[in-house]
Formats: sequence, C-alpha cells, structure tokens
Amino acid sequence: MDKPFTNKAWLLVLPVFLLVAFNAIVPLMTVVNYSVQDTFGNNQFFWNGIGWFQELLDPKSQLGERFFDALWRNALFSAIILAIEVPLGIAVALAMPKKGWGVAPTLVILALPLLVPWNVVGTTWQVFARSDIGLLGAALNGLGIPYNYTNDVISAWATIIIMDVWHWTSLVALLCYAGVQSIPDAFYQAARIDGASRWAMFSHIELPKMRRVLLIAVLLRFMDSFMIYTEPFVVTGGGPGNATTMLSIDLVKIALGQFDLGKAAAMSIVYNLIILAVCWVFYTVMVQADGRAERERAT
Amino acid sequence: MARITLSALAHAYRPNPSAPADYAVREATHVWENGGAYALLGPSGCGKTSLLNIISGLVTPTRGRVLFDDQDVTQLPTERRNIAQVFQFPVIYDTMSVRENLAFPLINRGLRGAAVQARVEEIARLLDLSRDLDRKARGLSADSKQKISLGRGLVRPDVAAILFDEPLTVIDPHLKWELRSKLKEIHKTFDTTMIYVTHDQTEALTFADQVVVMLEGEVVQVGTPQALFEAPDHTFVGYFIGSPGMNILPARIENGHAEIGKARLALGRDPVLPPHAKIEIGIRPEFMRPAAPGEAGLEVSCQRVEDIGRHRILRGVCDGQKLAAILPEGAAMPPEVLRMSADAAHIHVYADSRRVR
Repeated sequence: MDKPFTNKAWLLVLPVFLLVAFNAIVPLMTVVNYSVQDTFGNNQFFWNGIGWFQELLDPKSQLGERFFDALWRNALFSAIILAIEVPLGIAVALAMPKKGWGVAPTLVILALPLLVPWNVVGTTWQVFARSDIGLLGAALNGLGIPYNYTNDVISAWATIIIMDVWHWTSLVALLCYAGVQSIPDAFYQAARIDGASRWAMFSHIELPKMRRVLLIAVLLRFMDSFMIYTEPFVVTGGGPGNATTMLSIDLVKIALGQFDLGKAAAMSIVYNLIILAVCWVFYTVMVQADGRAERERAT
Repeated sequence: MARITLSALAHAYRPNPSAPADYAVREATHVWENGGAYALLGPSGCGKTSLLNIISGLVTPTRGRVLFDDQDVTQLPTERRNIAQVFQFPVIYDTMSVRENLAFPLINRGLRGAAVQARVEEIARLLDLSRDLDRKARGLSADSKQKISLGRGLVRPDVAAILFDEPLTVIDPHLKWELRSKLKEIHKTFDTTMIYVTHDQTEALTFADQVVVMLEGEVVQVGTPQALFEAPDHTFVGYFIGSPGMNILPARIENGHAEIGKARLALGRDPVLPPHAKIEIGIRPEFMRPAAPGEAGLEVSCQRVEDIGRHRILRGVCDGQKLAAILPEGAAMPPEVLRMSADAAHIHVYADSRRVR
C-alpha cells in the first residue's frame, strides 16, 4: 500500500527550524561573516577573503604564533588533567563504600564540587591560594616553599590544575562508581575462588566493566577542559605573562579587548572545528569498540 | 577429594541472634561424603545459598566449624580452600579468550607452561569447548559461558568439591537437559564431591544421589530421591517433592487407626505421639486407591479429573480438605462420590509436621 505523501509535513518542522536558526545557525553565520572581513570600527567592513585563516594557521605570523601557543597550552592542560583525574577518579570509585550507611553521604560529598558554579570555584581558589592572605598560599610560603601564582608560571599552572582536579575528579569518580556498582557480587566471588590477585580483579573484572562509562568520562572531561575559560580567567587572568592564556581567554582578548572581530571570528571557527574533530574521533572509537563487541557476541 | 563436615553449624546475618527465626541457617551437623552428588533443595530464601557460601568460604558462619576431611577450614579464606563454585549467572572474564579463562585459576596458583596448556585442553575436550578455545569468551552463548565457569573449577586438579548455585537459571530449556547430563558425566569421570543448589525438584532428583531438603534455614530431610518420595520426614518434603504433592489431612490417632472426620483408616501400628502436637497424616496421590468392598475409606467427592497424558489426576474434597489421587491406567471415570483408601505402609503420621514412625 502506498503511503500518503505530502510536503505539508515539512511545515510541522518549521517551528523547530526557526528556533534552531535563531539560536544557532544565524549567530554562527554572523561569525562566518566576520571571519572573512576586516573592520576599523564605525561599522565599516572590508572583504578579506580567507586572509585571517591563512594568517591564523601560519605559525610564523604574529596571530598564528599566538594561536598555536594557546592551542599548545590548552592541549597540555587537557593532557595533564586527564592524566590525573582519570586514575584518581577510578581510585576514588574503587575506594567508595559499595553498600551500607556510608553510600549516601559519600555520594553527596562527592557531588558537592560539581554543584559549585565555575566562577565561584575560581574566586574561592583565587583567595585560597593568595600568597599574602590565602590559607593555602600563605601556608606554603610560611613553610618556605616559594609560591605565588601571580608571578610564577609553575605556581599558576599548579593552581589551575589542582583547582580543576578538585572541581571535576568527582565526575569521573561518580561515573566509574556507577560502572563498578553494576558488577554482580558473583564476579568478585568467582575471582576469589580462582585465586585472582587484587590487581587481576581490577584489570580483568572492574576495568572492562568500567570501560564504557570511562570513555564517556574522558570525552566529557576532554571537551570541558579544552574549553576552559572561567577558572584561569578569574584566578590568573591568563598570566603571569601569557602562561595560562588558553584559547578561549585569548579569543575574548582579541574579540573584546582589541575589537579584532575578523581575527576572533576566524579563530572561533578553527577552535570549534578542533573540538568537533577530536570529539568525532573519540565517538567513532567508542562506537566501533562497542560494535566489535556486539559482532563478537552475534557470531 | 574430601569429606565435608559441618559441625554444629549455624549462621545468622543479623548480630546477636536469639530466636530461631533470626538464623539463616539453623544449628545442625551434616557430613557430606567424598565423591557424592548432593542436591540442596528448597524454596527461595530457605538458606540453601547461605549454606553453600559457608562451605565455599564466602560467608563465615556465626557458630560451628567446617571441616574438609579432618582439617578445620572455618577461618580459611575462599582462595585457600580447594573449592570451586559455579554461580547462577555465568561468570567469565570478558577480556580473555576461552583458553585464558580456563587457564586463569592455574596461572594464579603459579603454574606455567605446557602443563597448563595440556590441562586446559583436556578440560575443554571434556566440556566440548575445544573448538572455541581461542575465541573471546564474551562472544559465546550462556550455556557455553556456564561451561567455562564450570571448567575453571574442574581445571584445578586439587579441587575437593564443586558447588553449583542454581547454575541452569539462565540456560535455555532444551540445553538444560544437555548440560545436566554433562554434569552427571563429569561427576562420574572425576571423583569430586558436587553440591548442587536448586529450587527445581526435577533438577535435584535427576542430578543427585542424595537430596538435602531445606526449609526456613533448617535441613528437614537428607535422603535418596526414592526415600524422599516414599517416606517424607516432613510434611514440607511431601508437599514440595512430587507432582501433585502429598495429601496432608488432619487426623486423630487411636488404637492403630487414623480418624479423619468420620472415616477410619487402618494403620497397623500405634505410633507414640508427643502431647499437644498437631497431628496429620500424609498419603501420596500415587498410593491412593479405591477402597475394597467392605474396607473403611475416605469419602471423597470428586471435583474434576485432569488428564496430564501419562496418567490422570483426580481432584476431590474429603471432609473439607483438598485431596488428589492418581487414577490407575485404564480406570473408568470415577463416580461423583467414592471411597478411597491406601495401604498402611503408605500412610505416614506427622506430629507438628514431623514424621512419627
């Protein structure tokens, strides 16, 4: 039997299309529009073609150097926090009580940092780590450890990394905890009967069962850390020098500090594409790994 | 290879147990002979899994001792007992191949090389897993996975007993038969004690030489399937084993007779009854027969006759109590009211649910 076919159905999609157009497509197109033009103010624009993109992707140009420096800092930051938060999150998840009265308080305590808004976290740590009056900063200096995030690169990086670890390890831990909780007791009992060591239990039972949630955790933490803005902006303002100037901070400096809308627009587009590309790779790897497992089950 | 002795063993999950109802396993002493095939049978929550976990060491009993031969293992952890356990749901190591799964318990005990490979291949042949040895274990079907779980127990040459905790729960019905015969075959090949927990009487009766029936944390009878059928020690055994279950009727015992309402059945013996006990008699439906002319019998009003293929079951009421009887082959349709009786040897007397000889 033929299905009735009518183009009128498209009208039903129209409201959603309009909504998406106004909150996503139109703003994005504005950015694309800016990225191919230059302006000297007074709402006067000049066609610049792909000039900004060429400059941006040329490491020898001033803009390109600035872009690649920030990109490198971003990548380093993401790599470091993933290297800390993932193992630490797994360790926390394994150490959490599996049942009994301790479960609820532990979950609440772990969830607390996740509920704190970014700029509040930033402000808290900005004060906490101040070398003159901050509890942490002053104490470290009192112990004779030189620490001042306003003039020392290592201190500044350590501060934002520890802050991020404090803020987000819970997320990894809670996701992993969900994975660990889904393992039936029989698996541990069987492993004990088989004489498995603690490490063997972890690598052959817990880690494989955690794999899926762990991939989601890595994906979320990568995206978030690669887009980090508020915390370094509040704590270090991107300094000392440009030491903690991430792509997002630089972007705002160019767009709102210098009003170089063209450069900033080109940079946003490239930045956006990088995040999309990396997430696409992650997603593909995840889906393929799952698909492989499914196929093995089917054969 | 070992004889397992549970000596004055009791277990409660709650602290400071006082009433008998606080115990998941009530105090009792049992001996499980080496090489026996035992089935632990009982309804859900009767304590059979607890008892199994006490033997395997996953649970430490509140009181009493567990002995393997003459060695006290009560405080030994699971991994130091020579015990293997197969769980309700197949436990396999997802990341490993079947071969690695089977070798895992040996590797963990420090064995390496050709001896491990030879043993793994031998066990795989026995379990018909040879073809799948190099496949990833997680790709296999539930029954193959369950075989791997079993194989990890069998592969250890020192295993004294293999415990099964309702191992056929997730297996397709047509494969249950196959796996059950495999178990029997393995039990014959290896001289290993096997303890099989189930709530399915068919599984228990086909698998075991000795069936242990549990109710509310208490072992109510240990016996061969035949003994459980012919002489249930507890009304629960009579009711739980057999289909339909035993007819249990309240009665008064007097002068070698059982009085059920107005009817009197000859017992031919005078059992000694404890005072103030609730007295009942039990007769298996298989042993109910129409009373001979002139013989005393129960007045049964027939409600319906079920034809279940192999035989027909009469469902009736006697003195307000439900009653079932299996009709002999070729018997005519029974009248609406008939008198039924049974041989004295097949009439059991129960005082407070326990059989009185």
